[in-house]
Amino acid sequence: MNKTVQQFKEGLFTNNPVLVQLVGMCATLATSTSLENGLGMGLATTAVLICSNIVISLLRKLIPNKIRIACYILIIASFVTAVDLLLQAFLPDLSDSLGLFIPLIVVNCIILARAESFASKNGVFRSAIDGIAMGLGFTLVMVILGAVREIIGAGTILGVPVFGDGFHPVMLFIMPAGGFLTLGVLIAVFQAIMKKAEKRGNNI
Amino acid sequence: MTFTEIFALSLGAILTENFIFVKFLGICPFLGVSKKTDTALGMGLAVIFVMTISSAVTYLLDTLVLVRFDIVYMRTIVYILVIAALVQFVEMVLMKLMPALYQALGIYLPLITTNCAVLGAALLNVDKAAENPSFNFLGAVTFGMTGGIGFTLAIVLFASIREKFELADYPKAFEGFPIALVTASLLSIAFMGFQGLKVF
Repeated sequence: MNKTVQQFKEGLFTNNPVLVQLVGMCATLATSTSLENGLGMGLATTAVLICSNIVISLLRKLIPNKIRIACYILIIASFVTAVDLLLQAFLPDLSDSLGLFIPLIVVNCIILARAESFASKNGVFRSAIDGIAMGLGFTLVMVILGAVREIIGAGTILGVPVFGDGFHPVMLFIMPAGGFLTLGVLIAVFQAIMKKAEKRGNNI
Repeated sequence: MTFTEIFALSLGAILTENFIFVKFLGICPFLGVSKKTDTALGMGLAVIFVMTISSAVTYLLDTLVLVRFDIVYMRTIVYILVIAALVQFVEMVLMKLMPALYQALGIYLPLITTNCAVLGAALLNVDKAAENPSFNFLGAVTFGMTGGIGFTLAIVLFASIREKFELADYPKAFEGFPIALVTASLLSIAFMGFQGLKVF
């Protein structure tokens, strides 16, 4: 139980895939233009991550070491195709707005990184928990980024206007430049908080 | 495809629809291998090479096999396998012919497999073919190559700015990645200026 809590803490904060490991930047920046997109992308990635972690963990003793990366990618690509088709069938709007970035989950480094550094060395249960924790960590960042960019860049939250008529949205924040800027500031804030927490920990 | 179309496609891939600054493809190597200008250039050249060949191969596979036998849902899986094999090949060639560059690229060479710019270019070719009936093999190769050139342009520009960071004075919290992201944001604003070039 303690270990599970520890894993969630790592996935969400101390070893967050985006804020600390700095992987999966393309999807993070490109699909966080609104809260809905960010959440959708986060959950789609989480689904693939959990499934691939479970399968890779199950097969970890069967996969030859030399061709392991190719095997991982093949497993991941299968799950991504499944998620892609499911989204097209049940959530066509979300599928349209995420577009190219759904098939590109295949090359999201978060998934391959967890396969290589965790699922290939640990049991099924731990790997599944790791998939959930890391996926939620990613989703958390996507939600924060999506919300900030939507509020500043479009003046809405989940499509509902939050400011009065006088508000002029800063279009820049929906554009790529705003993505880089928001993520840069978010990581800086995170680093500052972590440093402070560390200092306080040392004093006690 | 006419010459004008090819020219417009190239200009788009390099400037107005730059893979890094406008399309957000290939950000991982862009942030990871941009600490030194010469490594960045090496990475850029490797990406141009892989992207050109992978665009050609995936386009042919798509039209000759996937569409003909009506198995386009296999696209993602087929494409990523082709790219993985190609990267392995480039790695072997570089190890034999240019060991210095091979050493410098290190972990990032196998990671071209997971460079979304490469898979992205292959998938974007499919979209482009659907939009424009005259889009052909030549267009796919041009798009792959010029997309790679756009990537190289972006990463070399970015690396040359990043080299100056050591002398710069900025808030402690921004150390490392945050300041790089803010720089990328400013570069991206500069690239937005090219939007006016969409004349065709």
